[in-house]
Amino acid sequence: MTTLSIGSGIKTSFTLRGVEFKNRVFVASGTFGYGDEIHDLVDVNRLGGIFTKSLSWKPRSGNPPQRIVETASGMLNSIGLANIGVQTFIEQKLIYLRTFNTHIIVNIAASSLKEFCDVLSLLEGQDGIVGYEVNVSCPNVKEGGMNFGTDCKMTAEITSHLRKLTNKPLIIKLTPNVTHISEIARSAESAGADAVSVINTLVGMAVDIKTRKPKLSTVTGGLSGPAIKPVALAKVYEVAKAVKIPIFGIGGIASTEDAIEFLLVGAAAVQIGTMNFIDPAISVKIADGFENYARENKISDIGTLVGALDADVKFSVIQSWL
Amino acid sequence: MNSMVQQLCPVQSCKKIATDTFLLRFNSPDIVASAQPGQFVNILTAEIGKGPLLRRPFSISRVEDNIIELIFHVVGIGTNLLSQNQPGDWIDVIGPLGQPFHRDADYGTALLVAGGIGVAPLPFLTNDLLKYGKRIETFVGYRNAGQVFTKHLQNVRIATDDGSDGFHGNVVQLLELFLNQNNFQKAKIFACGPTVMLKALTELAKRKSICCELSLEGQMACGIGICQGCAVERTEDTAKYALVCKDGPAFLSTEVNL
Repeated sequence: MTTLSIGSGIKTSFTLRGVEFKNRVFVASGTFGYGDEIHDLVDVNRLGGIFTKSLSWKPRSGNPPQRIVETASGMLNSIGLANIGVQTFIEQKLIYLRTFNTHIIVNIAASSLKEFCDVLSLLEGQDGIVGYEVNVSCPNVKEGGMNFGTDCKMTAEITSHLRKLTNKPLIIKLTPNVTHISEIARSAESAGADAVSVINTLVGMAVDIKTRKPKLSTVTGGLSGPAIKPVALAKVYEVAKAVKIPIFGIGGIASTEDAIEFLLVGAAAVQIGTMNFIDPAISVKIADGFENYARENKISDIGTLVGALDADVKFSVIQSWL
Repeated sequence: MNSMVQQLCPVQSCKKIATDTFLLRFNSPDIVASAQPGQFVNILTAEIGKGPLLRRPFSISRVEDNIIELIFHVVGIGTNLLSQNQPGDWIDVIGPLGQPFHRDADYGTALLVAGGIGVAPLPFLTNDLLKYGKRIETFVGYRNAGQVFTKHLQNVRIATDDGSDGFHGNVVQLLELFLNQNNFQKAKIFACGPTVMLKALTELAKRKSICCELSLEGQMACGIGICQGCAVERTEDTAKYALVCKDGPAFLSTEVNL
């Protein structure tokens, strides 16, 4: 694993619980599959890491159609955690993922504390997984999902149980559909999380006025894409003020400029989500963009941008929530 | 699937060919080299940030030398932007995508059935079926005479909703009349069109015991099997849903519940 990008002299890497990631650009869970469908279109080895599609204990078929609606600068989805299940992942996908020269972080979704523990325990015995992201924030399932991540106690309980089961980086993915995300982030931090991912999708809906029916089968879905970037930035900023653990900033990142905004407000790294669907190579373009930005601004370590926002907090409303 | 590419492709031409209907031709030797009838391409209709967020999927209508042809209706912002392309413009294309029609089954006559812009994949399919030596009968339904486009099709019968051209009625009714007058021991239907039409066609094929393959549409974000958006219910299988983009868009009518 290279610390310095070859020839540039710019430090792009960062470390989380002893794991060194080659750069600060990742692909978000659910937007990159298990890496096998998309690898023809992007050099996955250039990424800091891949967050896999959520895995549950048993396969999940997901929600009925319609699952997707395009909205202004964004999209609503209600996939419902459709996935192949952890056993099939290990048997069919992990062998292939191990051939990548990038780190694999497995995203886990579950409808009970026991299921979280079972999935993580099974994965612990496998080579090629550097860490876990815990999905307590899916807005499209009735059991578990966001219900965990909107509750400080549940978030802490899940985090502390999983903490006991692994020494690898444990990252909790948070929902913005709460009053103060900083409170949930603090719960995760004090229960032993190594990092938090901020944010999952925002609950939203769309209506067909001809039929008077909701466009999504589940009535509401999760909003993602450039439309949510301003919200995501504010959530990352709020969490960064509240916790000391690193933050993976997520939400509508579509360019290097967007990604640098996330670093400045306090994200240690970024995850590219919806835009992978539109431009499968965008994450690598942003990784290159970070280096170009550093070179142009005579920055030797991308890490110096993290939290480097020059804000006068005198009038900051968020400050009063913390 | 492994042969898919993402490319900036030069536009050769973009012309209006019927009411709200455009024919776009662009150059892509790589996509032409591996494209098969029934597959699609996923196109960015404007630079990122300057148009709709998602790509727009289009059936490959025809290939010729190094050119891909698409036929599409202007129905919204994305297709409107696409229709404004001129020679010298470049479009960002991912393709070819999806599973093609299964042309090699045991049948003598291919019954090609399209509703509206569902005609799009038929010219490519027609050209390919001729190579297989199949007899082709084509049935196309439109709202009115202004929408009719039948170039590169074989033995065409037209239906219009308003009766302004051909049979007055829908294309499934037209096909049924034809089937009642002709006896095909070994025929196969290939169809593309609105879901309501494909449902009616599925019923007709079942009654007549004719194998029927449908090219489906689905709301998709990625087109390559990642977003899981374009789910369609399977009639029976281990998995409850199939993905239009990756498992289709071509499915046997007995495989899916529309």
